[in-house]
Amino acid sequence: MRCAETGYNLEIDLSRGSIERVETDPRLTELHLGGQGTAAKIIWDRVPPETEPFSPDNLIIFSSGLLNCTPVPGANRCIVNTISPQTNLFVNSMLGGYFGTEMKYAGYDRIIIRGKSPNLVYLWINNDKVEIRDASHLQGKGAMETQGILQAELDASAQVAAIGLAGENRVYGASIEHASSAAARMAGVVMGDKRLKAIAIRGTKDINVAHPIELWGLCEPKYKSIADDPENGDPMRLDPSNDAWHMENFAWGNARERRRGYFTEDVYKNDVTTTDKARLRWVGCYNCPKMCKQMLELEDGRKFFTKCFNRLIYMMAAYVEDFSFSYEMLARTTQYGMDGFATPQLLAFAVELYEAGVLTNEDLPDFPADNAERFFYLLDITVRREGFVGDALADGVYWAARKIGRGAEKYDHNTTKKVEQVPLKLGKVNFPYYLMYATGEKMSITQIEGSYPQAPEPDLEKRKKLVEGWEAAPERFKKWFLEWEPRVDPSIEESVNITDWNEMMHYVDDSIGTCAWLSSFRGQFGCRPAYHMYNLPEFISYASGFELDTDKLWKIAARNRTLVRAINNRRGLRRIDEAPPADHWKIREHEKEQAYLDGYYAFKGWTNEGIPTKETLNKLGLDYVSEDFIQRGILTSDGGEIREG
Amino acid sequence: MKGEKKKVKLIKVNLDKCIACRACELACSAFHAKPKYSSINPARSRIRLVMDVLNDEYVPIRATEYTKSECVGRQIFTINGKEYSECSFCGASCPSRDLFREPDSGLPLKCDMCEDELGHEPKCVKVCTVGALVYEEYEEEVNEEVKEKEKQIALEMGLKSLLDKYGAQRLLDNFVRMSRKG
Ligand code: SF4
Ligand code: SF4
Ligand code: SF4
Repeated sequence: MRCAETGYNLEIDLSRGSIERVETDPRLTELHLGGQGTAAKIIWDRVPPETEPFSPDNLIIFSSGLLNCTPVPGANRCIVNTISPQTNLFVNSMLGGYFGTEMKYAGYDRIIIRGKSPNLVYLWINNDKVEIRDASHLQGKGAMETQGILQAELDASAQVAAIGLAGENRVYGASIEHASSAAARMAGVVMGDKRLKAIAIRGTKDINVAHPIELWGLCEPKYKSIADDPENGDPMRLDPSNDAWHMENFAWGNARERRRGYFTEDVYKNDVTTTDKARLRWVGCYNCPKMCKQMLELEDGRKFFTKCFNRLIYMMAAYVEDFSFSYEMLARTTQYGMDGFATPQLLAFAVELYEAGVLTNEDLPDFPADNAERFFYLLDITVRREGFVGDALADGVYWAARKIGRGAEKYDHNTTKKVEQVPLKLGKVNFPYYLMYATGEKMSITQIEGSYPQAPEPDLEKRKKLVEGWEAAPERFKKWFLEWEPRVDPSIEESVNITDWNEMMHYVDDSIGTCAWLSSFRGQFGCRPAYHMYNLPEFISYASGFELDTDKLWKIAARNRTLVRAINNRRGLRRIDEAPPADHWKIREHEKEQAYLDGYYAFKGWTNEGIPTKETLNKLGLDYVSEDFIQRGILTSDGGEIREG
Repeated sequence: MKGEKKKVKLIKVNLDKCIACRACELACSAFHAKPKYSSINPARSRIRLVMDVLNDEYVPIRATEYTKSECVGRQIFTINGKEYSECSFCGASCPSRDLFREPDSGLPLKCDMCEDELGHEPKCVKVCTVGALVYEEYEEEVNEEVKEKEKQIALEMGLKSLLDKYGAQRLLDNFVRMSRKG
């Protein structure tokens, strides 16, 4: 009997119209812990670098985290992986809500989709009964609207993930929407390219756990402790001081200007009154006692969810100082299915091009004068790929700049590895952050940072207090934090270890399905995440029956992280690509940065081109990767040498 | 007739507080799994969150009685402009739908207030940290006759559901076989 997982993959070939239920090898789960880890192995095996993102041979994999559907509160993520046409690299994306759990109740750990359908279709997975169905009646329908239509047609209890018009039109920033959640960071475009409008799932099967009494005993008190704990969950959900911080520290427009002192009493009132008036309810995700998302309703009845800082970022990007503008944008973008992180940046970039005269009235006929109207206009042409500009913008900032030309490239100042970044422009380099921006392959800092505080604490007493109950941290990190004085850079050794730890926690979450707000992302604020490297082995062992301790868990995370790097190396990723936006910090220290990067590569056991050596790969059980690298000439036959930093 | 005190168990539901986490379903199904907590399946839960996410509707409903045939004469509720049939909020295990039946056997499910969790809150309430489900107990006078009658009703209902599902002959055959085994 398989525990925590179902032991089956659902394999769909949309070109051939074939559907297979395939039993999986439990050893693979022990090596990668399911979720993104196992998906990375499948992509390594089946998507060679010669496969173009828009080729029918590209896969898009929806994986349910290993702990989903076990009693572990807050384990519910569905991880979406594919190869992106924007970057030609691995995509890390995820959904909360109920989609990943329903998939497991239907009897599948993951849905692997290959091929390309000739017509728009959707998948209807009702336990063992799986059908590829015609979706012509859903063409052009909103991503949220589609969920409602399919629930009404199929089963009110079905869980649906759908793309909107943006995905259908292969807009690179298209998202996959599901209930209160959305898979951002370039996942929707591949679904659209495969002509897959939606996946609807209904599941009524059992998920077994290996050590029931022990697992329940661990989990039951967690509901209350997580619910009561202000150090867990999304801190942006309710706290005006958090809104103030984001609105004053994140840059406005095309990531240009920080507006200190912006969040006045009037802004605060606008925030609270607009939001309170529109709010229908706070909701959480499956089996989680937090409520990080709110459903808002506009006067005309349109409803949508807000999460994270997406309710602030549109008004900031557009310079429209009214929360109702953000809400109007969210109502539209959730139906279109557009990424809440990249889209505001993209539209602000286009406005800036217009203001700079790079784009003219000829390119943008009847372009409005009003900031809000401009965003609506640009959003519409982008999701429809209308005209030269709409078509260019649909490929994201990096490619749009190059398609438009005429010097537009210099306005693309906030992308890394061709991906739009959060609009942060700061003063002095923070070296762990430099490393995370440079080497991260999940393309958004929010998916890389999180276990270690961002800044030193000036008050020694507070430092001591923080360190006292810091169960999540290895001992040496506590010492480093205690000794970390303001305006002092963490050493190379500290920086690479901090970066490594941050990464590892995220790679664990991506496998087991725990929410980052309860673990990998939340450790940096308050240092009391519900889940961490020291308590997770017990949860995972009790649920799955695998024997696990912290060292083993760390090694699995390292294996998964290295495998994602290897997929990208094989697709061309090298040191030259590993750079934060040039103006991310005002004062740069190039030599020192490169020394830190050398140090990171050395620590990881990578060559100075950022490629894991044979020795590193083999130690992680990735011999098949080193063999492939040597065969392809990515590593020299001696396995590559490490230059000490 | 001598009066006797009976403990009445009550779960109050506050729809406005529900955050749609479905932990109640998960906990109930885990608690009633055999062995206890060994498997999870909301389809086996005796409480279900009937929900329409896009319309902000979340109604936790506990399974009540088994019924052989569906109601005669339906009624329609309209709440906030949306129409519901009375079935939407009904807890019965009824042939008109799949709700509150074991997914494989089709046998009816009924909330038992987590009977063997002596002295503790029911599981669904325990994990509902936002207070959408609140457990209360109070005492009520009952007489013996009513108590006996309740027992009889419970017995009859169980039998009736089996009869409906398997037919009299099969039930009888099994009854005889099992009685012989002692
Ligand atoms: S912490 Fe928030 S975002 Fe995370 S699972 Fe819970 S409700 Fe969802
Ligand atoms: S546990 Fe409570 S809040 Fe969660 S779905 Fe059930 S009733 Fe609603
Ligand atoms: S009281 Fe117990 S049996 Fe009834 S619904 Fe709640 S958890 Fe299930």
